[in-house]
Amino acid sequence: MTVAPPRRRKSARRQRLEGAITYPIDWLEERSGLIGGLRYFLFRKVPGDTNWFHTLGSATLTAFLVQALTGVILAMYYQPDPNTAYQSINHITNDLTLGWLVRGMHKWGASVFIILLFFHMARVFLFGAYKYPRELNWIVGVMLLVFGMLEGFTGYLLPWDQTAYWATVVGINLNGTAPILGPFLADFLRGGAEIGPDTLSRFYSLHMLLIPGAIFALIGLHLYLVVRLGVSSPPWSGQAAGSDYVEVTPTTDGRSGLTQPSARSGWRRNGGES
Amino acid sequence: MTEPQHEERPHPPGPSLYPIAFAAGVACILVGLIVNPTLIAPIGAAIAVVFGFLWARDATMEYRRVPEPIEPERREVPVKAEAPAIPAHRGGAAMPEPEPGERFPRSKFLEASTLGLGAVIGGLVTVPAIGFMVVPAYVKQGYPSVDLGPLENFTEGKWFVTSFFQHPDAGEVSRRTAYIRNNGSLDGKPSFTIISNRCAHLGCPVQPNGPVQDDQKKVVKGEHGQRVTMIPAIPAGGFGCPCHGGQYDPEGNRTAGPPVRGLDRYDYEIKNGRLWLLKPYSVTTVVGQGKDARIHKYKLTGPGEHVDGWEQILYPLQPPH
Repeated sequence: MTVAPPRRRKSARRQRLEGAITYPIDWLEERSGLIGGLRYFLFRKVPGDTNWFHTLGSATLTAFLVQALTGVILAMYYQPDPNTAYQSINHITNDLTLGWLVRGMHKWGASVFIILLFFHMARVFLFGAYKYPRELNWIVGVMLLVFGMLEGFTGYLLPWDQTAYWATVVGINLNGTAPILGPFLADFLRGGAEIGPDTLSRFYSLHMLLIPGAIFALIGLHLYLVVRLGVSSPPWSGQAAGSDYVEVTPTTDGRSGLTQPSARSGWRRNGGES
Repeated sequence: MTEPQHEERPHPPGPSLYPIAFAAGVACILVGLIVNPTLIAPIGAAIAVVFGFLWARDATMEYRRVPEPIEPERREVPVKAEAPAIPAHRGGAAMPEPEPGERFPRSKFLEASTLGLGAVIGGLVTVPAIGFMVVPAYVKQGYPSVDLGPLENFTEGKWFVTSFFQHPDAGEVSRRTAYIRNNGSLDGKPSFTIISNRCAHLGCPVQPNGPVQDDQKKVVKGEHGQRVTMIPAIPAGGFGCPCHGGQYDPEGNRTAGPPVRGLDRYDYEIKNGRLWLLKPYSVTTVVGQGKDARIHKYKLTGPGEHVDGWEQILYPLQPPH
């Protein structure tokens, strides 16, 4: 009398299928260690009391990646020449299929990126997540903010319409009023004493090559520090106050209510009950 | 119960009041700059300097304390009878044998040469590239003379909104605008008032406060594709800036709003009966009108930069152009 094997056993066909899927992954892992590295990067332990506010950084990163992707594609159609720039923007918006969408994503996404940057910054500030040992990451974040705003400033000129032109005139002259080096900074931004054909291509190059390169490098450093230092707990967390994590069975729940009244288990202050 | 722990070290001195007095001095400077820069601000500066010095002296006392000299301990060493000298060819060497291995290893040399060579190559590539990025913005900048056409086009006593290409090769992007009025003749020579339309606040284009007669527009074509357009206007109320509301009288004096000086003007010359526009210059105020105007003239500076008053110390250098 034979009993049907339990369903747990994988059929030979299923095993072959899984082998076919995992083979290239194993092949890559054996030769590069990249899969393990990716796992180390993505599947990290985080404090149990993280919340939705901790997703603002990833949201900002996503907004930046949207800008990078749509920007690369817009660069395929845009012409940074004073005589044709405005027409090429018109061409993108009105003639090319889906051009209106990609340009709209880039235009509105710029504001989304800056707004999320500030929300993320506010979260880090209000949670005190900039404190030791994460001060350096705050500094890197502030540099990212500066470069993000430079992206906004350089990108604003590119449509080459009246708003873009005069807003940039005002912005450059505003930089020019900085003490001592201001006049030199203004000339550097314009590429000369007056706005001319070189100004537009200079802003284009800064906007799509130099500043994004710096932002990518700084984001790499920013994420490296996040992985190295870990995610911080919210300020109301017991863990942040230097407590030990105590597993408490539901039956002794009543006595564990000093720090977290409703918690089954949680962070308890050192030197409290013993 | 644990025993309360007592600090064995001496207590640090109590908080000093000097920082507070220093902050008060700084506050006095800031208030003084607004209220009375010649009296209150120097008083505040004096307070800040005095108490800043006292604070610094207080704070660095610990480090500046001269260490008390400690007498080195000496002991008398009994004199031993010296051993007889060993002849040079006998006994061990006076200097120890060098350790086996190289004093300056190959790996160190290769490391240094790789880094050094890399730095040299990197510098050879980077320095010219960065120079190419920065230097062209400051050299060969200039305001070439512009031929604005025959003098007869400029009716005496009338204003013309005159726009032209500063660099005809660059085309439309170099279009600039000036407000030009023929003042008649002064000492037998024609006199012109030529005001730049660049606002002295942040560089927006100022507009005439009064009717602009677009239907009487005239285009004068010149060499190198130059196109000078002239539109008569009556800026009876002077000029106003649409961006932030700066206002100027018809001579370009600031009358209201944020500009820090008057409107810039252009030098000009008359050649073969034609009006030529030369370099622009900056102006603080103009006393008088038309051909009798006395212009307080300065080297051309960017909008928003002070050329007179104490604020001029903020802009000691100008790029060469």
